[in-house]
Amino acid sequence: MMLGPIGFAAPWLLLALAALPLLWILLRAVPPAPIRRRFPGVALLLGLKDDEAVSDRTPWWLLLLRMLAVAAVIVGLAGPVLNPQQQGRTGSGPLLILLDGSWASSRDWSERADLVDGLLAEAGREGRTAAVVRLTTPEAPVFQSADVWRTRLPGLAPQAWEPREDAVQGFIESLGTEGFETYWMSDGLDRASRDPLLAALEDHGAVTVHEGSRPVFALRPATFEDGAVRLTALRALPGPEREVMVEAHGRDPSGQMRLLSIEPATFAPGETTASVEMDLPAELRGRLSHFEIAGARTAGAVAATDDSLRRREVALIAGREDREGLELLSPLHYLHQALEPNADLLEGALMDILPANPDVVALADVATLSDAETEALETWVEGGGILLRFAGPRLAASEVSRAEEDPLMPVRLRSGGRNVGGAMSWGEPKTLAPFDEDSPFWGLEVPGDVTISSQVMAQPDPTLAARVIARLSDGTPLVTRKDLGDGQVVLFHISANAEWSSLPLSGLFVQMLERLSISSSATAPAPEDLEGTTWQPVRLVEANGTLSNAGTLPGVDGAVLLSDPLGADLRPGVYEGEDRRIARNVMGAESTIAPAAWPASVPVEGLARPEETPLGGYLLALALALLMADILASLALSGRLTGARPRATGAAVVLLALALALPAAPIRAQEVEDTTEDAAPAADARAIEATRELVLAHVMTGNRQIDDTAQAGLRGLSDTLFFRTSVEPAEPMGVNLETDELAFFPFLYWPITPDQPTPSAAAYAKLNRYLRSGGMILFDTRDADVARYGAASPEGRKLQQLAAPLDVPPLEPVPSDHVLTRTFYLLQDFPGRYAGGQVWVEAAPADAELIDGMPFRNLNDGVSPVVIGGNDWASAWAVDTSGAPLYPVGRGYAGERQREIAYRFGVNLIMHVLTGNYKSDQVHVPALLDRLGQ
Amino acid sequence: MSEPRHLRSRAEEEAARLPPLLARAEHLAGTVLLGDHGRRRSGLGDDFWQYRPVQPGDPRRWIDWRRSARGDDRFVREKEWQIAQSVMLWVDQAASMRFSSTDKLPQKGDRARLLALATAILLVRGGERVGLTGTLLPPRRGQNQILRLAEFFSVEDSADYGVPEHRAMIPNARALFVSDFLADPAEVKLALTKAADRGVRGVLMQVLDPSEEAFPFQGRTIFESVGGSLLHETLKAGDLKTRYQQRLAERKDELQALCHATGWQFTTHHTSDSAQSALLWIYRAMDRGTS
Repeated sequence: MMLGPIGFAAPWLLLALAALPLLWILLRAVPPAPIRRRFPGVALLLGLKDDEAVSDRTPWWLLLLRMLAVAAVIVGLAGPVLNPQQQGRTGSGPLLILLDGSWASSRDWSERADLVDGLLAEAGREGRTAAVVRLTTPEAPVFQSADVWRTRLPGLAPQAWEPREDAVQGFIESLGTEGFETYWMSDGLDRASRDPLLAALEDHGAVTVHEGSRPVFALRPATFEDGAVRLTALRALPGPEREVMVEAHGRDPSGQMRLLSIEPATFAPGETTASVEMDLPAELRGRLSHFEIAGARTAGAVAATDDSLRRREVALIAGREDREGLELLSPLHYLHQALEPNADLLEGALMDILPANPDVVALADVATLSDAETEALETWVEGGGILLRFAGPRLAASEVSRAEEDPLMPVRLRSGGRNVGGAMSWGEPKTLAPFDEDSPFWGLEVPGDVTISSQVMAQPDPTLAARVIARLSDGTPLVTRKDLGDGQVVLFHISANAEWSSLPLSGLFVQMLERLSISSSATAPAPEDLEGTTWQPVRLVEANGTLSNAGTLPGVDGAVLLSDPLGADLRPGVYEGEDRRIARNVMGAESTIAPAAWPASVPVEGLARPEETPLGGYLLALALALLMADILASLALSGRLTGARPRATGAAVVLLALALALPAAPIRAQEVEDTTEDAAPAADARAIEATRELVLAHVMTGNRQIDDTAQAGLRGLSDTLFFRTSVEPAEPMGVNLETDELAFFPFLYWPITPDQPTPSAAAYAKLNRYLRSGGMILFDTRDADVARYGAASPEGRKLQQLAAPLDVPPLEPVPSDHVLTRTFYLLQDFPGRYAGGQVWVEAAPADAELIDGMPFRNLNDGVSPVVIGGNDWASAWAVDTSGAPLYPVGRGYAGERQREIAYRFGVNLIMHVLTGNYKSDQVHVPALLDRLGQ
Repeated sequence: MSEPRHLRSRAEEEAARLPPLLARAEHLAGTVLLGDHGRRRSGLGDDFWQYRPVQPGDPRRWIDWRRSARGDDRFVREKEWQIAQSVMLWVDQAASMRFSSTDKLPQKGDRARLLALATAILLVRGGERVGLTGTLLPPRRGQNQILRLAEFFSVEDSADYGVPEHRAMIPNARALFVSDFLADPAEVKLALTKAADRGVRGVLMQVLDPSEEAFPFQGRTIFESVGGSLLHETLKAGDLKTRYQQRLAERKDELQALCHATGWQFTTHHTSDSAQSALLWIYRAMDRGTS
């Protein structure tokens, strides 16, 4: 059943609405229940009568509230749905879903996929078979269960090309005779294959077209004109003025893809093309990878670039630059003229230019090169450079490549060269012979007026014939070439100026340079030029406009590279041939795009489908909210909400809390965040406190009493230090090994309890770092060392267990000449609350010897990282806040003496920690004094 | 077996309630300074009265050596005599006093006991004798009397509304009656006239809960007294508000008139107000009666 845009799943339930008036009457008759209220003032109330008996009926607005709640429940249970899907669009039979699948549909592909999914789901519900076909890769339609197609749907992606006409024709022929209904997901672009396909489909059944409404943009390949890159953007629909941004992408010097430049292109109102010129420096042009229309994200809006925008860098170096003013005689003048339009020219010293890695180095009449230059040039040529040499008087006169072939010369030369047709010679100037078939110049027309009057001669050699690529009419080599590593060396046997020949004056010179890839042509190659070559795809343009590596796709025949329409076996992208790269873009230089025109008989719909929205939940929630309001209103009406009884307000609070429960949760989360944010300043404050003054620290064992004793003990020791020495520690701190930073404390007191937790691996790492960086730990088993080490006291065992992962050096009982015995007081015994237990420190090195005349051995250089004992020093040191001892030590005066010695041990220990081997070094004092005396 | 144990546990419970009450009363009493109570003659007291020459029979420790050092004669420092009065207290312990409209307010009885005990402490400090009306606890002085008073105050009455005790009034004494005075006013009238006959003057303090003053009730309600002896049902409690308040005002006027006739003083204290101001008022009022 439908009411406007709302449908009901169970419309019969709505009949229950008729019962509402009955409810009205019932509810109205029942007055609210009385409240019993204790009130001492009732003595004053006795005898008072009610004025009127009106309020024994429920007020109308409360009734209305309840009726609304009940009505909402009824309507909600009836299953209302906003925008229900219309059942059964046009009936039954097979369903063909046809996707254009071209680059133009990639932007709203997800909407298309959703729509197709919805259509398939619907077909599945109705038991219709379906087939899904992409026109970019057409296959004969296979009608299967719609659910099968739904599972394959995620695998369908748009392609970077448009449907090929021949493929569409093949598809039309494969349609057969069966009738079916067609939904056509068009990409909105006009193409010639549409009309016959539409006609064929209409023969089989109804056709509905779905088209997106997004504007389609495209970009023609970039051309290089008058020193600027010209780009043309296209749009399908002529419309109002629109500006699109054209971006140039390429690699930055570190090889990262970056946006190199961006220019706006403006479509004039009603126009479908917009041009923009980008003035890019040659350096940037060389690094370009593609242009694209910002935000368009389709293959059509991407124009990959190839060598047509790149200009080769040619370094020109002449042997003789001293003849000022005689430009026409300059050896480089004609090269300049020939190369300037198509190449970037570099001039300078050879060693300055080579690091810039030019594509070509032209040496005009340069005879000798220094060893360093030779070596650098050779490396550069082997890395793929082209060395172009021209002969000249200097080369002819030099000894270069005379007896031995110079690595940088293609051939050996005979001395002197020859003149033909000059005033002092016989014969006519020579002309060029037609080029051989295996010469790179094959096919170039030889003009008859090119004459050669002088040249250098090549020494006959077995390899000479293979190296000649142009010769004179009498067969003498004119141009020779040899490969060197990845590069090549080319020698023109004539000078680069017009002194020796008229070749530099002719157009042939330019063409020859072009053939040698010395200047790359700005014009695109003709298809017939590429015939017989194979082009390997390097980078591909994907349908969504990104460029990807081509991987192992097979090469493409040059004959079809430029002429064939794009398809699965000729994807848009950049193709690499022997010596150049060619980009095949989705748009050609003359391509246009236009919106598809559909005949009026075909219904065209958008891609969006109204969503089904079930409303039942909202209505039930509304009913719940109304009932809540009813509770509050009833309470208010009967005086329980604001009444004197606390229980009623309690109920209201509970209700309120229920209502606010949802928003309350995030608030709590925020509080938690706040506390974590507070943690950092607290840690900072602690660090500042620990480092502002010297602070003694003890390890928290988790046993409250032990920790308190340790704290009190260190307080007593700190006070003693403060009174007796220049060490003035602040209040001691407890340290949690897991969470606290240890580096602030020079000294840690670690009382051992059998039940304390073993630190984590991270804490051990921290402890080892602490010990290695000069910290000291005093382990105290507090058991008077009754059991000696390694034996059965529980603290001893725990100590062994705790200390096992620690980086503790070999230990020994404190020797009588250890520095601990004399850092401040002279001590031989280290009692705490117990006396006589052994104390262990780092063992002295094995080679420590007593030197004659010295009271002490020169023991370990540095602070013992651990001191281990069991004398319960903290208890002996412990004082309360007023400075009185907390624990008794010994008995009578002897006990106080023992406490005093314990304090002295503490002072010595801290002095040892803080001064290191200072006292130990005093053994050197006599020797130092002795030396000073000299 | 169970009876004594039960009794003892209840007694301990009650005793446990005493120290806080005492402490609070002491605390409250500490906020009021003693004074203006002298008898304008020499005797026992705190305030200086005069120096007089030593007479035979005076103990040496009475001699004020500071004064005596100024001359050859020796002097004794005398203080002003502060006379003791008998003050009788009556605190309504009936069920109607065990009422507070919200958790935040103390019960009326609680406040009444606090005020009475604090007054007693002040009076005892001032050297007066304090006791209960009736024969239960005759007026005495000393700290022990305070404890005994506190003990009696913690005994609750099972009656719904309390009536003042008017037997065994000590002539010319002072009296303090603390109650909500919601019971039959005839009893109060009887007590007051009897007291006036014997020259007893004093203070009536009416302690009321704010809800008893404001009557903030709505809807269909059955009101019942705390003891449960009285019931009143109404369909629309809001309508009764003005008439109730009118009756309450009448009751206050009646008490005021009664006090006027007998020379007593009357005030109304609400449990939502500060106890200290009420205590000050009582103290001044008692003082006015004595001097």
